[in-house]
Amino acid sequence: MELSDRELPDLDLQQPLSLPRRLFEYGTTAIALGLTVVALLPLFAIFWQIVSQGLQHLSLEVLVALPAPVGMEDQPNGFANAILGTMMMVGVGASVSVPFGVMTGIFLSEFAGGTAIANGIRFAVKILSSVPSIVVGVFAYATIVLATKQFSALAGGFALGVIMLPIVTLTTEEALKLVPDTYRLASAGLGEGRFSTTFRAVIPNALPAIVTGVLLAVSRAAGETAPLIFTALSSQNWPQGLLSPTPSLSVLIFNYADSPYREQNALAWTAAFVLLAIVLLVNTISRQVTRKHLK
Amino acid sequence: MASEERTPYDRALEPEIRDVSIELSEPPPSTAIEVQNLHFHYGRRKVLEDISIDIYQHHITAVIGSSGCGKSTFLKALNRIGEIEGNVNVAGSVRFFGQDIYDRRVNVNRLRRHIGMVFQRPNPFPISIYDNVAYGVRRLGRSRVHLDEIVESALRRAVLWDEVKEDLKKSALGLSGGQQQRLCIARALAIEPEVLLMDEPCSALDPISTMKIEELLRQLRSRYTIVIVTHNMQQASRVSDYTAFFNTDESRIGRLVEFGPTVQIFTCAANSSTRDYVEGRFG
Amino acid sequence: MIPSRSPASETLSHPLDLTQPDSKTRWLETAFVLLAWGCALLSAGTLFWIARVVYQDARPAIAEFGLEFLWGREWSSTREVFGALPFVYGTLVTSAIALLLAVPFGLAVAIVTSETILPQWVRSPVAFLIELIAAIPSVIIGLWGIFVLVPFLMPLQRWLHETLGWIPLFGSEPFGPGLLAAGVLLAIMILPTIAAISRDVLLAIPPELRSASRSLGATRWETIVRTLLPAGSAGIIGAIVLALGRALGETMAVTMVIGNAVRISPSLLDSGYTIPAILANQFAEALKPIHIGALMYLALILFGLTLVVNVIAVVLVQWVSRRAIVR
Repeated sequence: MELSDRELPDLDLQQPLSLPRRLFEYGTTAIALGLTVVALLPLFAIFWQIVSQGLQHLSLEVLVALPAPVGMEDQPNGFANAILGTMMMVGVGASVSVPFGVMTGIFLSEFAGGTAIANGIRFAVKILSSVPSIVVGVFAYATIVLATKQFSALAGGFALGVIMLPIVTLTTEEALKLVPDTYRLASAGLGEGRFSTTFRAVIPNALPAIVTGVLLAVSRAAGETAPLIFTALSSQNWPQGLLSPTPSLSVLIFNYADSPYREQNALAWTAAFVLLAIVLLVNTISRQVTRKHLK
Repeated sequence: MASEERTPYDRALEPEIRDVSIELSEPPPSTAIEVQNLHFHYGRRKVLEDISIDIYQHHITAVIGSSGCGKSTFLKALNRIGEIEGNVNVAGSVRFFGQDIYDRRVNVNRLRRHIGMVFQRPNPFPISIYDNVAYGVRRLGRSRVHLDEIVESALRRAVLWDEVKEDLKKSALGLSGGQQQRLCIARALAIEPEVLLMDEPCSALDPISTMKIEELLRQLRSRYTIVIVTHNMQQASRVSDYTAFFNTDESRIGRLVEFGPTVQIFTCAANSSTRDYVEGRFG
Repeated sequence: MIPSRSPASETLSHPLDLTQPDSKTRWLETAFVLLAWGCALLSAGTLFWIARVVYQDARPAIAEFGLEFLWGREWSSTREVFGALPFVYGTLVTSAIALLLAVPFGLAVAIVTSETILPQWVRSPVAFLIELIAAIPSVIIGLWGIFVLVPFLMPLQRWLHETLGWIPLFGSEPFGPGLLAAGVLLAIMILPTIAAISRDVLLAIPPELRSASRSLGATRWETIVRTLLPAGSAGIIGAIVLALGRALGETMAVTMVIGNAVRISPSLLDSGYTIPAILANQFAEALKPIHIGALMYLALILFGLTLVVNVIAVVLVQWVSRRAIVR
């Protein structure tokens, strides 16, 4: 007995941790879980509010009618012009940013690889993606509004394009880098040049991922407000072409949220519902595209 | 039919006209690629040192050696495809029918159409079988009918036609590994190269597919100059006319140890490390 | 007929001239290369273009007010007196509140979604939902802020004033919108940035580090606090700095709940103004060149501020990911 006592260490595997260590363990777990739950609450609150408030007034009418003048209860009231305006300006933004962004992505992935120039350009594009959208608005105001002496869809679309450009560029680069080198080698081995190799062997394989990036940029641009407020301004009428003030969903929400009129507040919620639906729909479609590609 | 009017595709359909065996007593064949004192660097790292070798026209040259001895790099130096993968520095000369391929004015795309390549793993494009074979031809702007002929002829020469003639519009990715590799050979043949470089073309294949490819190589020898890198010595001894043995030491710089007719390399090599290697004593 | 062994050049089926360019594709190749270079330089150049344009248009105001603009406390377009201090103050205070709140929450989410406290089927949806917040347009968050968050915070603000009113921080009568409300809203908006990047950082830490710590007898949380957080500190700091950059430049949500009053009040319950907010509110109506110039000057300050912050963040995050690859 005495011998074994001395030889065996104090082996009680069932002895619990000391009390302070146990308290620390339970306490931190509880705090972390608590903070996570609280962090999720705003999301649910926002969704709940937008769905409950937004659905109240959602009807075909708001999607096809123009905004009614304040106080005219019996007139159809809606924001069809804002939906159209948002689409127009996102379209302008995409037509500016997609070609430039895709070509820049091609340059970063196919041409310059790990060279210093590529790293510098990539760095500048990353910094561009984090420039506040209001500053991009100021930029579009200075370059287009001041030059044309006109608030316009063109200026708004240009601002959205600058915001989309780095997103398209960086996702295109990522997409192209995922294409195995064997395709590039196979094509080059057949005597194909860079143009042919890039467009026939590389891009077809990266297309779904590039589309995802473009859709991501579109969903981001559709929700932007700050760069539109003083470039495209807003209007109560249908968009009059690229060179006149143009309404958008996001600016309409901003204007109506502050309005003293209740029906305009209600319309802001409905517009928020529509905008969020569009943004999340485009987001989900882009995820679907990627998933299909992975299969 | 006068011989001037025959296209390469007509010739493809003609029966074998060359005797398959080579006589060592014959005068030496003409040289397709002449490599002289080639030093090859990836960036700052030296990969090959002082390689001099003649690749003979219409013969199969096997390049053997342990892994990491630079035999793949050597192959990639012959059509300058290594330049796609990294920054390449070259000293010495590689002459393709007398023209220095590292000359500043060389159009590498043209060079690579003369010197085709088949890679270690089958790498068909994820498009149809037909489009894969037509990939390198399309750019030349031929008519549709002519394209059909070229595709058929290339697939026949790669001994794949009978297996896929019903499925030309199906995706190439549906083929077996061996079929994919023969498709890659057909794709390379379709643009009528003079030389075919093969980088361990059978290493990812099963024995039966390997056998088919070896058979195919023997048929192609009459019309093409073939350089094949292989780690399989039986394969080298079975298919090749000439063998080059590469080796390296701790420096990881590849050197050519011995080059000669395959029979000689495998039976009475001059260098002891070559003998050790072909007898399987190291590597 | 058996072909004779003729000299090499005659046995070729094509005429051989390797230097001959491909006439059909040569211009295409050249155009493609030039186009790619041009697009890349233009994309990167946009950043410098923005800087140049904003600086150019701010020059009248820079000439007029000089550096004193930075500590000028007044802003009046009718008297043409412009000072940036109230806006700089509001921007910094709201961002500070946001960071103070978002860092603990963000880290908690990052730990909960990267460690094995919860089963996988709970962790992934939580991570997904938190990142979903980032997809909501900020004007919608602002709308929710006006109608839900501000009324919700009102009792809390009143209580803070009544019990802690002797501290200058809570010294003013709560009014609803204000610095605190804006800070809380910003915290919600930057939380996904902190959570998502910190999560990636924690997941990228080699699992051996975890098992080594656990096998030495450390508990789960001792491992997290003493091993994982220090190991990931550079990346987590990068995430926080990135979130700061986002908070500084965030416009719509803040504009909608900060009260938009040009004042410098020590009280968080008071209303205030930020640089993005005044840009959003006044640019469309600004007509006098000096007014536009002053707004451009503000935009330049904001651009410079966020540029410094974002460069630090991007460098930190890049440094961390490069180290991870080397490892």
